[in-house]
Amino acid sequence: MLWAALHFPGFPVQVSERGVRTPGPLAIATAGARGEVIACNAEAALAGVRPGMALSAAWALAPALAVRPRDEAAEREALQGVALWAGQFTPTVSLASPCTVLAEIGGCLRLFGGVSRLLELIRDGLAGLGYRAAIAIAPAAEGAHLLARAGLTRPVTDHAALREALAPLSTALLDCPRETREALLNIGARSLGECLRLPRDSFARRFGRELLQRLDRALGTIPDPRPPFSPPVRHRSALALPAPAWDAEALLFAARRLALELAGFLAAREAGVTRLRLELLHEERKATALTLGFSLPCRDPERILALMRERFAVLELPARVEGIALAAEETAGLPRRSLSFLPDAEGAGESRAALVERLRARLGEEAVQGLVPVADARPELAWARVEPGVRGAAPVPGPRPAWLLAAPRMLAARDGRPWLDGPLDLLAGPERIESGWWDGRDVARDYFLARDSRGGRFWVFRERRERGGWYLHGVFS
Amino acid sequence: MTAALRQVLQYPGIWRGNDVSRVELPSVPTGFPRLDAELPGSGWPRGALTEIAFEGEGIGELSLLAPALAALSRDEPWIVLVDPPHLPYAPALARAGVDLSRLVLVRGGQTLWAAETALRSGSCAAVLAWPGTVNGRELRKLQLAAEAGRSWGVYLLPASASPSTSPAALRLRLAPATHGGDPAAGEGEAVGVHIVKRRGGPAAPFALSLHRLR
Repeated sequence: MLWAALHFPGFPVQVSERGVRTPGPLAIATAGARGEVIACNAEAALAGVRPGMALSAAWALAPALAVRPRDEAAEREALQGVALWAGQFTPTVSLASPCTVLAEIGGCLRLFGGVSRLLELIRDGLAGLGYRAAIAIAPAAEGAHLLARAGLTRPVTDHAALREALAPLSTALLDCPRETREALLNIGARSLGECLRLPRDSFARRFGRELLQRLDRALGTIPDPRPPFSPPVRHRSALALPAPAWDAEALLFAARRLALELAGFLAAREAGVTRLRLELLHEERKATALTLGFSLPCRDPERILALMRERFAVLELPARVEGIALAAEETAGLPRRSLSFLPDAEGAGESRAALVERLRARLGEEAVQGLVPVADARPELAWARVEPGVRGAAPVPGPRPAWLLAAPRMLAARDGRPWLDGPLDLLAGPERIESGWWDGRDVARDYFLARDSRGGRFWVFRERRERGGWYLHGVFS
Repeated sequence: MTAALRQVLQYPGIWRGNDVSRVELPSVPTGFPRLDAELPGSGWPRGALTEIAFEGEGIGELSLLAPALAALSRDEPWIVLVDPPHLPYAPALARAGVDLSRLVLVRGGQTLWAAETALRSGSCAAVLAWPGTVNGRELRKLQLAAEAGRSWGVYLLPASASPSTSPAALRLRLAPATHGGDPAAGEGEAVGVHIVKRRGGPAAPFALSLHRLR
């Protein structure tokens, strides 16, 4: 077993910041008049703000400090989002509250090309989601957890090295009650290594068997079963925008976070989305909902974003957007592909589908079509609109023009000859088409190939029923 | 010649003042040997824009493009037609050998946007657009998109709407030919082709025998 612990320092701030591009100094504080800083971002820390500080003191240091109340529900949801996303790497994922995700990676190292390559993928991926993580790797889940919280991110792969790596860590990381911590300090045990040097029996008697087991689990000497994180069947994630947005670029920035999360969720299930619902949340107003359709199952975040970009381009927002939510409404199986950036046949098929989706997102479904010939003698019924890419075949009886007019256009006639800005010469014909008595759209016509004085070629017919007359029906081009 | 220089000459916006036929350029054979002989790269230029201006509807502009479209449709990518003046008639195209399952018809009115998007996507072998009127700035965008997507971009418009200058790599003007073969048979029918612009300098107008789409 090899565990990766993804720990997010200052998680409340990270969650609250991931939807904006250029954050200023920001702190998350407890509610109430005498609020206390729980976490702050780098800019605030630079001004001297520290967790545990009273808000009044923090404002004195950084007058521009923005303060938001803590939203624990949003944090929980965000951590679950990370766990869902991590499912694309390994099926064994577990949450270690309040801000760490544990993932067993021993079984998938080979697939992703080794520890350092996998670490790189995870780190880049998390950056795309808008998080900074300390990632520790150790052969025991609790060990990795402690290392990550201490910020020790050098991968540890065997038990002896793990014991060595854990030894200097402070006992403060054990989260034990204050009295226990003080008792440990009183006997000179400031670090985990010093705890481990104490006789086990008396350690258990004085500080509780539980704490001893915790240390053993960290070293990996006893089993450490973890409740597996079980992903929901449907995916919906939301993100509040700290600064309400009007413009598409700000929306796309936040949407990218959610699209990447969704992609991880889909990859874990070997699925792609075929219908997505994007909700733009407004204050005191119904959300603006957009449905995005995909002709092929898709989990490529760039394709999802390209579609959103088209929709945003033609969207008129009724109000400012306070938050966005993305839900996978319909998914379908889409097998995992090797992590390659080289174009392959499957990728080409996906990009062909992406073009059709993009054009449709802007112009509407009806505006983008494929064509097939249909076996019907009547020219206006000898073709049909289909989904692009659909193949059809039908025998073609005779010469046919490249352009067909939407409806036959009546032509003037002079001396019994058709007239189109001048006399038309009949070059070939007639081809008699008489058909369709069964469905009421019957025709009885004699078709001719005609030429005008400038060399244009036309497909004209003489109506054979009582009203008679000449009509233009197509252009040979 | 150094590799760097050769690379520069591959760039669609660069051409040499002579040696028309010897420049190697990515191209699509037109299906007409007489026309290929006049074109740098011996065919329609890929990764660049082509203008086809015609005098009068039905002069044969589609028949001129049909052999290349039929050949391109044997490969995977799309052939996109944007806002054609009439319905492209499926039976005629099928007769000309075009695989219709590769054809996408786009009719949304946003001709230039759709053409640019399709050209840039990299999933189109050819994009034919009928924009009505165009200006130099719009055409430059199309030319850049064709380069980026390595696609063959074609815009067709009446000769009266043809702009005085265009960034297109190739510009043709089609006019009625003064003589022809047996039109009733649809064979040897001629159209006058005037190469207004090509890489490597102007060419004399000539008559080209078309096999009309029918």
